[in-house]
Amino acid sequence: MTSASLTLSARGVAGTQRFLAYAITIAALFALPLASHADGPVVAGMSQLLLGAALLAGIGLLIGFGVQGGRLLDLMLLAVSGVTAILLLRFVAAYPGTVKGGFWALVVALWLSSWLFVERLSAWDVTDRAAKRAIGLAIPLLFGVWVLVLWELLVTGFGVPKILLPAPSDIGLRFASSIPTLWADFRQTFLKAVLIGYAIGCGAGFVTAILVDKVDFLRRGLLPIGNLVSALPIIGIAPIMVMWFGFDWPSKAAVVIIMTFFPMLVNTVTGLASADRIQHDLMRTYAANYWQTLVKMRLPMALPFIFNALKINSTLALIGAIVAEFFGTPIVGMGFRISTEVGRLNVDMVWAEIAVAALAGSAFYGLVTLLERVFTFWHPSVRG
Amino acid sequence: MLNEQGPQKARSVIDIRGLSLTFETNDGPVHALSNVDLDIREGEFVSFIGPSGCGKTTLLRVIADLEKPTGGEITVNGVTPEEARLARAYGYVFQSSALYPWRTIADNVALPLEIMGLSASERKERIARNLDLVNLGGFERKYPWQLSGGMQQRASIARALAVEPHLLLMDEPFGALDEIVRDHLNEQLLKLWAKTDKTVVFVTHSIPEAVFLSTKIVVLFPRPGRIYDVIESDLPRDRTLDIRETPEFLKIAHRVREGLRAGHSYEDS
Ligand SMILES: Nc1ncnc2c1ncn2[C@@H]1O[C@H](COP(=O)(O)OP(=O)(O)OP(=O)(O)O)[C@@H](O)[C@H]1O
Ligand SMILES: [Mg+2]
Repeated sequence: MTSASLTLSARGVAGTQRFLAYAITIAALFALPLASHADGPVVAGMSQLLLGAALLAGIGLLIGFGVQGGRLLDLMLLAVSGVTAILLLRFVAAYPGTVKGGFWALVVALWLSSWLFVERLSAWDVTDRAAKRAIGLAIPLLFGVWVLVLWELLVTGFGVPKILLPAPSDIGLRFASSIPTLWADFRQTFLKAVLIGYAIGCGAGFVTAILVDKVDFLRRGLLPIGNLVSALPIIGIAPIMVMWFGFDWPSKAAVVIIMTFFPMLVNTVTGLASADRIQHDLMRTYAANYWQTLVKMRLPMALPFIFNALKINSTLALIGAIVAEFFGTPIVGMGFRISTEVGRLNVDMVWAEIAVAALAGSAFYGLVTLLERVFTFWHPSVRG
Repeated sequence: MLNEQGPQKARSVIDIRGLSLTFETNDGPVHALSNVDLDIREGEFVSFIGPSGCGKTTLLRVIADLEKPTGGEITVNGVTPEEARLARAYGYVFQSSALYPWRTIADNVALPLEIMGLSASERKERIARNLDLVNLGGFERKYPWQLSGGMQQRASIARALAVEPHLLLMDEPFGALDEIVRDHLNEQLLKLWAKTDKTVVFVTHSIPEAVFLSTKIVVLFPRPGRIYDVIESDLPRDRTLDIRETPEFLKIAHRVREGLRAGHSYEDS
């Protein structure tokens, strides 16, 4: 694209976007004098910061005055924001805890420019499905990056002690240097306790639900007991399971089984009851037997409920396994690591474990959601 | 059954004597059917018509063994309704299409065939034939929620026909459709019936529909539900929609309307 297409137009930019553009400009302009009048010896990197401020102010003015640059201008906005973010990160790393007002004005300008970019990006009119999907992915990704950048800038800029909150870069370094430990913990807690407990708990809940549904006295007897068990506090169960099943992962898997069993049981029982009269009548007119009715009608009808339980349980299982490790464990596991590293004030290691848990938990939940979309594509909530 | 001796009379498919059905509800008993006598013979097209709540659906459900009578006798194909149901003697079309959203149209039609344990090739052949019959050829791979209400109802009719029953029970199958679509489906249904010699029991609220389709119209009376009038139609078996303008048609329609009026005024008094 050439500069010829960067034509002036008063109507070009929508209201909020124009407001954002002016706000960037003003915030960036504030950064200029404050940064240049910083006291003390001439600070290295200051000129670079000035450059960032000038760039942001410039692009803010361009957009504010309604220059129509289309996607090229939007991408320039992204590039300028990215460059400024890198300059700010380098600057704050060199002067932790001593940055001044101009720096924060520039952080505000950066925040506004990212916001403006996302606004403009979501207004992009694309028809290609792949491009749509890419934009749909880019927005949460940008948001995540922005949260990390802001976290880094705030924590380092204000000189927050590491004990309270380490910067993402510290956590990242710690993560990279402890991968063997993190992997061993992940294997112990997630691949063994969580996955095995989840599979057994959900499977048992499902099978019990089918029994409960078929045999009436079980419904009256088992449902209240299941309810009771699910109400037991995990900090009470976990030590008991350790006594029963030993220190290693089986006792943690047992805690996970207890936590995941009941949500699966209740949801499946509800799902199996969700077919209405006309659907039962239909199977009756075909003289379908119990199993045919179950497999061809009632289980598919129950699938949305079952997936609901699978999603709830994916989160419960991880929490259960990690917390259960607080009550006796061999010297490996995510919960074990968190409790011991907190004692040693190695907070960045705790955060690295939290990052592993967050990643694993989201991936697990995402996978279940993906399967849900595949299997209940026909449900009004999915096909929409 | 004296008149059954004559060779010209067809076999009795549904024989109902003194049938009663009382629902026990929290507000006391509801007499849905009281002392109903009805004889439906092979090849007949019988319509039930009457004010809302007079027991049309209940009577059809008793025939289908979806409801147990509390008094009287009923046989379907000479056996109890339960035995007839277990022998898959009838196809039932519900008021709503009741298609399964996770199955394609073809797979919905295949559902009863799977339950009956038919081979894959037999299923395939029947699916194609019956979808063609209701003009849904080409929609096999669509899901029910991708089709209009009229198409869904046609698919549910194809599903009932695929069982290849001699007896077809239909509860207001076209109730939710517009006039034009309804006329079209009525014509198709009539053609199918004339071609295959099936026995059809059909519930409707529409007088023209009842008269156009039926060889016998049963007018029901509410509270308690019972038969007020049985009108034998002498219209020719192969009819077109034009027949609705003829004096014979209007005469029968008039008699049906009189019956319905009586039922309504009875209800008001
Ligand atoms: N399961 C049931 N329990 C209690 N009462 C019922 C039940 N089914 C039907 N009834 C009652 O029986 C009577 C006849 O109902 P039915 O559904 O057969 O009427 P209908 O003639 O089909 O009416 P519509 O034309 O509105 O469909 C009504 O009074 C209804 O309230
Ligand atoms: Mg009805």
